[in-house]
Amino acid sequence: MSKKPLQFIHNGRAEAVFVEDGQNLLDVLRREVGDLTAKYGCGQGACGTCTILVDGQPQLSCLTLAETVEGKSVETTGGMMDGSELHPLQAAFMDHFAAQCGYCTPGMLMAANALLRQNPNPSRDEVVEAIGGNICRCTGYQPIIDAILEAAGKMSQRRYG
Amino acid sequence: MSLQVTTCASLDEAGRALSASQTAKYLGGGTLVMRWVNEGDQSFNEIVRTTDSAAQRIDISGERVTLGAGVTMAMVAEHRDLVFLAPAARSVGGPAIRTMATVGGNLFAHHPYGDFTTALLALDAEVTMAGGQTQPLETLLAQRDRAGLVMSVTVNRPRNPSDFRFSKVARVKPKGISVLSIAALLPQQGGAISGARIAYGAMAPTPVRMPSVEQALEGARLDAAGVSSALARATDGLDPPTDPIATGWYRQEVAPVHLRRLLLGDSA
Repeated sequence: MSKKPLQFIHNGRAEAVFVEDGQNLLDVLRREVGDLTAKYGCGQGACGTCTILVDGQPQLSCLTLAETVEGKSVETTGGMMDGSELHPLQAAFMDHFAAQCGYCTPGMLMAANALLRQNPNPSRDEVVEAIGGNICRCTGYQPIIDAILEAAGKMSQRRYG
Repeated sequence: MSLQVTTCASLDEAGRALSASQTAKYLGGGTLVMRWVNEGDQSFNEIVRTTDSAAQRIDISGERVTLGAGVTMAMVAEHRDLVFLAPAARSVGGPAIRTMATVGGNLFAHHPYGDFTTALLALDAEVTMAGGQTQPLETLLAQRDRAGLVMSVTVNRPRNPSDFRFSKVARVKPKGISVLSIAALLPQQGGAISGARIAYGAMAPTPVRMPSVEQALEGARLDAAGVSSALARATDGLDPPTDPIATGWYRQEVAPVHLRRLLLGDSA
Protein backbone atom coordinates (compact mmCIF):
# COMPACT_ATOMS: atom_id res chain seq x y z
CA MET A 1 0.00 0.00 0.00
CA SER A 2 1.39 3.40 -0.97
CA LYS A 3 2.14 6.03 1.65
CA LYS A 4 1.85 9.80 1.39
CA PRO A 5 3.83 12.45 3.24
CA LEU A 6 1.80 14.57 5.66
CA GLN A 7 2.97 17.66 7.52
CA PHE A 8 0.98 19.42 10.19
CA ILE A 9 1.40 21.26 13.48
CA HIS A 10 0.85 18.94 16.41
CA ASN A 11 0.36 20.71 19.73
CA GLY A 12 2.46 23.61 18.47
CA ARG A 13 5.28 21.51 16.99
CA ALA A 14 5.87 20.71 13.33
CA GLU A 15 5.22 17.06 12.59
CA ALA A 16 6.02 15.12 9.42
CA VAL A 17 4.79 11.57 8.92
CA PHE A 18 3.82 9.15 6.18
CA VAL A 19 0.19 8.06 6.05
CA GLU A 20 -1.67 5.35 4.18
CA ASP A 21 -4.53 6.15 1.82
CA GLY A 22 -7.71 6.19 3.85
CA GLN A 23 -5.97 6.29 7.23
CA ASN A 24 -7.82 8.35 9.79
CA LEU A 25 -6.19 11.07 11.85
CA LEU A 26 -6.71 9.30 15.17
CA ASP A 27 -4.74 6.33 13.89
CA VAL A 28 -1.97 8.62 12.67
CA LEU A 29 -1.78 10.45 15.99
CA ARG A 30 -1.59 7.24 17.97
CA ARG A 31 0.58 5.07 15.69
CA GLU A 32 2.77 7.49 13.76
CA VAL A 33 3.05 10.46 16.14
CA GLY A 34 2.86 8.52 19.40
CA ASP A 35 0.25 10.79 20.97
CA LEU A 36 -2.04 8.37 22.81
CA THR A 37 -4.22 10.99 24.49
CA ALA A 38 -7.09 10.89 21.97
CA LYS A 39 -8.97 7.60 22.35
CA TYR A 40 -10.68 5.26 19.91
CA GLY A 41 -14.25 4.63 21.02
CA CYS A 42 -16.92 3.86 18.45
CA GLY A 43 -15.29 4.80 15.15
CA GLN A 44 -18.69 6.09 14.04
CA GLY A 45 -18.87 9.64 15.37
CA ALA A 46 -21.19 8.72 18.22
CA CYS A 47 -19.03 8.83 21.36
CA GLY A 48 -16.74 11.86 20.98
CA THR A 49 -13.76 10.46 22.87
CA CYS A 50 -11.47 11.07 19.88
CA THR A 51 -12.34 14.80 19.78
CA ILE A 52 -9.39 17.02 18.88
CA LEU A 53 -9.07 20.59 17.62
CA VAL A 54 -8.17 21.31 14.01
CA ASP A 55 -7.31 24.96 13.53
CA GLY A 56 -9.08 25.57 16.82
CA GLN A 57 -12.33 23.85 15.86
CA PRO A 58 -13.50 20.57 17.40
CA GLN A 59 -13.39 17.56 15.09
CA LEU A 60 -13.65 13.83 15.51
CA SER A 61 -10.24 12.46 14.66
CA CYS A 62 -11.59 8.96 13.92
CA LEU A 63 -13.71 10.43 11.10
CA THR A 64 -11.04 12.79 9.81
CA LEU A 65 -9.12 11.59 6.77
CA ALA A 66 -5.54 12.20 7.89
CA GLU A 67 -4.37 13.94 4.74
CA THR A 68 -7.05 16.64 5.12
CA VAL A 69 -5.05 18.24 7.96
CA GLU A 70 -2.04 18.99 5.73
CA GLY A 71 -0.56 22.28 6.97
CA LYS A 72 -3.13 22.67 9.73
CA SER A 73 -2.86 22.92 13.50
CA VAL A 74 -3.94 19.80 15.38
CA GLU A 75 -4.36 19.97 19.15
CA THR A 76 -4.96 17.10 21.53
CA THR A 77 -5.29 16.77 25.28
CA GLY A 78 -1.58 15.98 25.28
CA GLY A 79 -0.86 19.62 24.53
CA MET A 80 -3.06 21.18 27.19
CA MET A 81 -0.56 21.33 30.05
CA ASP A 82 1.68 24.35 30.42
CA GLY A 83 4.96 22.71 31.38
CA SER A 84 4.18 20.80 34.56
CA GLU A 85 1.07 22.87 35.27
CA LEU A 86 -2.31 21.39 34.49
CA HIS A 87 -4.69 23.35 32.28
CA PRO A 88 -7.50 24.86 34.41
CA LEU A 89 -9.92 22.42 32.77
CA GLN A 90 -7.76 19.45 33.73
CA ALA A 91 -7.41 20.74 37.30
CA ALA A 92 -11.15 21.30 37.57
CA PHE A 93 -11.86 17.78 36.26
CA MET A 94 -9.65 16.42 39.06
CA ASP A 95 -11.22 18.63 41.72
CA HIS A 96 -14.76 17.66 40.72
CA PHE A 97 -14.06 13.93 40.22
CA ALA A 98 -15.21 14.47 36.66
CA ALA A 99 -13.42 11.34 35.49
CA GLN A 100 -14.22 7.86 36.67
CA CYS A 101 -13.06 5.31 34.12
CA GLY A 102 -11.51 8.24 32.23
CA TYR A 103 -12.18 6.99 28.74
CA CYS A 104 -14.35 9.94 27.74
CA THR A 105 -12.09 12.49 29.44
CA PRO A 106 -9.80 13.45 26.51
CA GLY A 107 -12.82 14.15 24.31
CA MET A 108 -14.65 16.00 27.05
CA LEU A 109 -11.59 18.17 27.72
CA MET A 110 -11.18 19.08 24.07
CA ALA A 111 -14.89 19.78 23.59
CA ALA A 112 -14.76 22.03 26.66
CA ASN A 113 -11.53 23.60 25.46
CA ALA A 114 -13.17 24.53 22.15
CA LEU A 115 -16.18 25.96 23.97
CA LEU A 116 -14.17 28.17 26.33
CA ARG A 117 -12.12 29.61 23.48
CA GLN A 118 -15.27 30.72 21.69
CA ASN A 119 -17.32 31.52 24.76
CA PRO A 120 -15.27 32.23 27.92
CA ASN A 121 -18.34 32.60 30.13
CA PRO A 122 -20.79 29.90 29.08
CA SER A 123 -24.08 29.17 30.76
CA ARG A 124 -24.82 25.69 32.06
CA ASP A 125 -27.03 25.06 29.01
CA GLU A 126 -24.23 26.11 26.69
CA VAL A 127 -21.86 23.68 28.42
CA VAL A 128 -24.42 20.89 28.02
CA GLU A 129 -24.74 21.75 24.34
CA ALA A 130 -20.96 21.84 23.89
CA ILE A 131 -20.48 18.32 25.27
CA GLY A 132 -23.66 17.05 23.59
CA GLY A 133 -21.60 14.90 21.22
CA ASN A 134 -19.53 13.29 23.99
CA ILE A 135 -20.75 10.26 25.88
CA CYS A 136 -19.82 9.46 29.49
CA ARG A 137 -21.12 6.21 30.97
CA CYS A 138 -19.76 6.76 34.51
CA THR A 139 -20.27 10.20 35.97
CA GLY A 140 -23.80 11.16 35.04
CA TYR A 141 -22.33 14.30 33.43
CA GLN A 142 -22.99 16.66 36.36
CA PRO A 143 -19.39 16.67 37.70
CA ILE A 144 -18.14 17.27 34.17
CA ILE A 145 -20.47 20.22 33.68
CA ASP A 146 -19.55 21.61 37.12
CA ALA A 147 -15.85 21.26 36.31
CA ILE A 148 -16.16 23.11 33.00
CA LEU A 149 -18.11 25.93 34.62
CA GLU A 150 -15.53 26.22 37.42
CA ALA A 151 -12.67 26.24 34.92
CA ALA A 152 -14.43 28.97 32.94
CA GLY A 153 -14.72 31.06 36.10
CA LYS A 154 -11.06 30.56 37.03
CA MET A 155 -9.86 31.32 33.52
CA SER A 156 -11.93 34.52 33.50
CA GLN A 157 -10.44 35.52 36.87
CA ARG A 158 -6.95 35.01 35.48
CA ARG A 159 -7.84 37.04 32.42
CA TYR A 160 -9.44 39.94 34.25
CA GLY A 161 -8.25 39.51 37.83
CA MET B 1 -8.93 -4.43 -0.53
CA SER B 2 -6.64 -1.41 -0.53
CA LEU B 3 -8.10 2.05 -0.60
CA GLN B 4 -7.01 4.85 -2.89
CA VAL B 5 -7.59 8.54 -2.21
CA THR B 6 -7.89 10.84 -5.22
CA THR B 7 -7.62 14.54 -4.40
CA CYS B 8 -8.94 16.90 -7.07
CA ALA B 9 -8.28 20.61 -7.43
CA SER B 10 -11.80 21.42 -8.64
CA LEU B 11 -15.34 20.20 -8.12
CA ASP B 12 -15.71 19.50 -11.85
CA GLU B 13 -12.60 17.33 -11.79
CA ALA B 14 -13.93 15.52 -8.72
CA GLY B 15 -17.26 15.00 -10.49
CA ARG B 16 -15.50 13.42 -13.45
CA ALA B 17 -13.37 11.22 -11.20
CA LEU B 18 -16.46 10.07 -9.35
CA SER B 19 -18.44 9.27 -12.48
CA ALA B 20 -15.47 7.42 -14.00
CA SER B 21 -15.48 4.86 -11.22
CA GLN B 22 -18.16 2.41 -10.16
CA THR B 23 -16.50 1.85 -6.80
CA ALA B 24 -15.63 5.36 -5.62
CA LYS B 25 -17.19 7.38 -2.81
CA TYR B 26 -17.01 11.14 -2.52
CA LEU B 27 -15.65 12.43 0.77
CA GLY B 28 -17.15 15.69 1.99
CA GLY B 29 -16.71 16.19 5.73
CA GLY B 30 -15.95 12.54 6.39
CA THR B 31 -18.76 11.74 8.80
CA LEU B 32 -20.30 9.18 6.44
CA VAL B 33 -17.42 7.86 4.35
CA MET B 34 -14.82 7.57 7.13
CA ARG B 35 -17.36 5.69 9.21
CA TRP B 36 -17.63 3.14 6.41
CA VAL B 37 -13.83 3.01 6.17
CA ASN B 38 -13.57 2.36 9.91
CA GLU B 39 -16.17 -0.39 9.60
CA GLY B 40 -14.08 -2.07 6.91
CA ASP B 41 -16.68 -1.58 4.18
CA GLN B 42 -15.35 -3.40 1.11
CA SER B 43 -17.95 -2.06 -1.33
CA PHE B 44 -15.69 0.79 -2.46
CA ASN B 45 -11.96 1.07 -3.08
CA GLU B 46 -11.54 4.73 -3.93
CA ILE B 47 -12.24 7.97 -2.10
CA VAL B 48 -12.58 11.12 -4.20
CA ARG B 49 -12.22 14.51 -2.55
CA THR B 50 -11.60 18.10 -3.58
CA THR B 51 -9.66 21.02 -2.19
CA ASP B 52 -11.81 23.47 -4.22
CA SER B 53 -12.81 26.32 -1.89
CA ALA B 54 -15.90 26.94 -4.05
CA ALA B 55 -17.46 23.93 -2.34
CA GLN B 56 -17.64 25.95 0.87
CA ARG B 57 -19.13 29.11 -0.63
CA ILE B 58 -22.35 30.65 0.68
CA ASP B 59 -24.00 33.01 -1.83
CA ILE B 60 -26.96 35.13 -0.84
CA SER B 61 -28.61 37.11 -3.59
CA GLY B 62 -31.93 38.70 -2.74
CA GLU B 63 -34.19 35.91 -1.56
CA ARG B 64 -32.02 33.15 -3.04
CA VAL B 65 -29.55 31.36 -0.81
CA THR B 66 -27.01 29.01 -2.37
CA LEU B 67 -25.03 26.72 -0.12
CA GLY B 68 -21.97 24.98 -1.53
CA ALA B 69 -22.07 21.24 -0.93
CA GLY B 70 -19.02 21.54 1.33
CA VAL B 71 -20.60 24.15 3.60
CA THR B 72 -20.67 22.69 7.10
CA MET B 73 -23.47 22.66 9.62
CA ALA B 74 -21.33 24.92 11.85
CA MET B 75 -21.01 27.46 9.03
CA VAL B 76 -24.79 27.50 8.52
CA ALA B 77 -25.48 27.73 12.25
CA GLU B 78 -23.17 30.72 12.67
CA HIS B 79 -24.14 32.68 9.55
CA ARG B 80 -26.01 35.87 10.39
CA ASP B 81 -28.21 35.67 7.28
CA LEU B 82 -29.14 32.02 7.73
CA VAL B 83 -30.89 32.31 11.06
CA PHE B 84 -33.93 30.49 9.67
CA LEU B 85 -31.77 27.42 8.93
CA ALA B 86 -29.76 27.51 12.18
CA PRO B 87 -32.09 25.26 14.23
CA ALA B 88 -31.91 22.55 11.57
CA ALA B 89 -28.11 22.87 11.35
CA ARG B 90 -27.74 22.75 15.15
CA SER B 91 -29.89 19.63 15.31
CA VAL B 92 -27.12 17.68 13.58
CA GLY B 93 -24.80 16.01 16.11
CA GLY B 94 -22.57 17.78 18.61
CA PRO B 95 -20.16 20.64 17.82
CA ALA B 96 -17.42 18.32 16.51
CA ILE B 97 -19.80 16.67 14.05
CA ARG B 98 -21.16 20.06 12.96
CA THR B 99 -17.62 21.27 12.19
CA MET B 100 -17.31 18.38 9.77
CA ALA B 101 -20.77 17.44 8.45
CA THR B 102 -21.63 19.12 5.17
CA VAL B 103 -24.78 20.20 3.38
CA GLY B 104 -23.96 17.87 0.49
CA GLY B 105 -23.29 14.93 2.77
CA ASN B 106 -26.56 15.37 4.60
CA LEU B 107 -28.43 14.84 1.31
CA PHE B 108 -26.97 11.34 1.20
CA ALA B 109 -27.23 10.45 4.89
CA HIS B 110 -29.18 7.24 5.30
CA HIS B 111 -32.22 6.85 7.53
CA PRO B 112 -32.67 7.98 10.28
CA TYR B 113 -30.17 10.77 9.56
CA GLY B 114 -30.67 13.68 7.18
CA ASP B 115 -32.52 16.19 9.38
CA PHE B 116 -31.00 19.19 7.60
CA THR B 117 -32.22 17.78 4.29
CA THR B 118 -35.73 17.75 5.74
CA ALA B 119 -35.46 21.51 6.23
CA LEU B 120 -34.15 22.01 2.70
CA LEU B 121 -37.02 19.96 1.32
CA ALA B 122 -39.60 22.25 2.93
CA LEU B 123 -37.84 25.22 1.33
CA ASP B 124 -38.27 23.86 -2.22
CA ALA B 125 -34.53 23.29 -2.55
CA GLU B 126 -32.96 22.95 -5.96
CA VAL B 127 -29.74 20.97 -6.35
CA THR B 128 -26.98 21.87 -8.80
CA MET B 129 -24.79 18.98 -9.83
CA ALA B 130 -21.12 19.17 -10.83
CA GLY B 131 -21.45 19.85 -14.55
CA GLY B 132 -24.14 22.47 -14.01
CA GLN B 133 -27.45 20.61 -14.39
CA THR B 134 -30.10 21.38 -11.79
CA GLN B 135 -32.92 19.34 -10.33
CA PRO B 136 -35.40 19.58 -7.48
CA LEU B 137 -34.13 18.05 -4.24
CA GLU B 138 -37.06 15.63 -4.30
CA THR B 139 -35.85 14.24 -7.64
CA LEU B 140 -32.34 13.76 -6.30
CA LEU B 141 -33.61 11.99 -3.18
CA ALA B 142 -35.68 9.60 -5.29
CA GLN B 143 -32.55 8.37 -7.08
CA ARG B 144 -29.70 9.42 -4.83
CA ASP B 145 -27.89 6.10 -5.01
CA ARG B 146 -27.26 6.82 -8.68
CA ALA B 147 -26.70 10.57 -8.31
CA GLY B 148 -23.41 12.17 -9.23
CA LEU B 149 -21.58 14.87 -7.33
CA VAL B 150 -23.66 17.69 -5.86
CA MET B 151 -22.09 21.11 -6.23
CA SER B 152 -24.59 23.29 -4.34
CA VAL B 153 -28.12 23.58 -2.99
CA THR B 154 -30.30 26.64 -3.49
CA VAL B 155 -33.33 27.62 -1.42
CA ASN B 156 -35.60 30.63 -1.20
CA ARG B 157 -35.21 32.53 2.03
CA PRO B 158 -38.59 32.80 3.81
CA ARG B 159 -39.99 36.33 3.52
CA ASN B 160 -40.81 36.22 7.20
CA PRO B 161 -38.33 34.12 9.25
CA SER B 162 -41.13 33.00 11.59
CA ASP B 163 -42.87 31.38 8.59
CA PHE B 164 -40.29 28.60 8.72
CA ARG B 165 -40.31 26.13 11.58
CA PHE B 166 -38.23 23.07 12.33
CA SER B 167 -38.47 20.42 15.00
CA LYS B 168 -36.38 17.34 15.72
CA VAL B 169 -37.76 14.71 18.06
CA ALA B 170 -35.15 12.56 19.83
CA ARG B 171 -35.21 10.44 22.96
CA VAL B 172 -31.75 11.45 24.16
CA LYS B 173 -31.09 14.98 25.43
CA PRO B 174 -29.53 17.24 24.45
CA LYS B 175 -28.63 15.33 21.29
CA GLY B 176 -29.95 12.11 19.89
CA ILE B 177 -30.83 10.42 16.64
CA SER B 178 -34.19 11.34 15.16
CA VAL B 179 -37.40 9.60 16.02
CA LEU B 180 -38.56 12.05 13.40
CA SER B 181 -37.93 15.61 12.26
CA ILE B 182 -40.44 18.01 10.78
CA ALA B 183 -39.92 21.17 8.74
CA ALA B 184 -42.78 23.50 7.87
CA LEU B 185 -42.96 26.60 5.71
CA LEU B 186 -46.18 28.42 6.60
CA PRO B 187 -46.51 31.72 4.72
CA GLN B 188 -49.76 33.54 5.51
CA GLN B 189 -51.89 36.03 3.61
CA GLY B 190 -54.66 37.76 5.48
CA GLY B 191 -54.35 35.29 8.32
CA ALA B 192 -54.68 32.21 6.07
CA ILE B 193 -51.87 29.87 5.06
CA SER B 194 -50.83 30.17 1.45
CA GLY B 195 -48.14 27.97 -0.10
CA ALA B 196 -47.50 25.59 2.82
CA ARG B 197 -44.65 23.13 2.65
CA ILE B 198 -44.33 20.23 5.08
CA ALA B 199 -41.48 17.72 5.13
CA TYR B 200 -40.61 14.83 7.41
CA GLY B 201 -37.30 13.21 8.23
CA ALA B 202 -36.95 9.61 9.48
CA MET B 203 -40.53 8.79 8.44
CA ALA B 204 -39.47 7.11 5.19
CA PRO B 205 -36.22 5.83 3.68
CA THR B 206 -35.40 9.43 2.71
CA PRO B 207 -36.82 12.77 3.90
CA VAL B 208 -40.21 13.29 2.25
CA ARG B 209 -42.61 16.10 1.38
CA MET B 210 -46.22 15.68 2.56
CA PRO B 211 -48.44 17.07 -0.23
CA SER B 212 -51.67 15.88 1.38
CA VAL B 213 -50.87 17.79 4.58
CA GLU B 214 -49.85 20.82 2.55
CA GLN B 215 -53.15 20.78 0.65
CA ALA B 216 -55.11 20.50 3.89
CA LEU B 217 -53.29 23.53 5.28
CA GLU B 218 -53.94 25.66 2.20
CA GLY B 219 -56.24 28.52 3.18
CA ALA B 220 -56.44 27.32 6.79
CA ARG B 221 -55.76 29.39 9.87
CA LEU B 222 -53.03 28.44 12.32
CA ASP B 223 -55.34 27.46 15.15
CA ALA B 224 -56.66 24.16 16.50
CA ALA B 225 -59.69 24.09 14.20
CA GLY B 226 -57.72 25.27 11.18
CA VAL B 227 -55.08 22.54 11.33
CA SER B 228 -57.34 19.63 12.33
CA SER B 229 -57.80 18.44 8.76
CA ALA B 230 -54.05 18.52 8.16
CA LEU B 231 -53.38 16.57 11.36
CA ALA B 232 -55.86 13.90 10.25
CA ARG B 233 -53.67 13.39 7.17
CA ALA B 234 -50.38 13.69 9.05
CA THR B 235 -49.12 10.25 8.05
CA ASP B 236 -51.04 9.70 4.80
CA GLY B 237 -49.23 7.23 2.58
CA LEU B 238 -46.35 6.69 4.98
CA ASP B 239 -44.94 3.40 6.21
CA PRO B 240 -42.21 4.62 8.57
CA PRO B 241 -39.15 2.40 9.03
CA THR B 242 -38.44 0.49 12.22
CA ASP B 243 -34.94 0.85 13.66
CA PRO B 244 -33.25 0.80 17.08
CA ILE B 245 -34.51 4.34 17.76
CA ALA B 246 -38.23 3.67 17.23
CA THR B 247 -40.65 1.29 15.61
CA GLY B 248 -42.54 2.32 12.52
CA TRP B 249 -45.75 2.03 14.53
CA TYR B 250 -44.42 4.46 17.16
CA ARG B 251 -43.34 6.98 14.53
CA GLN B 252 -46.78 6.73 12.91
CA GLU B 253 -48.50 7.35 16.25
CA VAL B 254 -46.43 10.30 17.42
CA ALA B 255 -46.02 12.16 14.13
CA PRO B 256 -49.42 13.92 14.37
CA VAL B 257 -48.67 14.98 17.95
CA HIS B 258 -45.37 16.59 16.97
CA LEU B 259 -46.84 18.12 13.83
CA ARG B 260 -49.54 19.74 15.96
CA ARG B 261 -46.93 21.09 18.36
CA LEU B 262 -44.90 22.52 15.50
CA LEU B 263 -47.94 24.15 13.89
CA LEU B 264 -49.53 25.52 17.05
CA GLY B 265 -46.63 25.88 19.46
CA ASP B 266 -44.94 23.54 21.93
CA SER B 267 -47.68 23.63 24.52
CA ALA B 268 -50.44 22.70 22.07
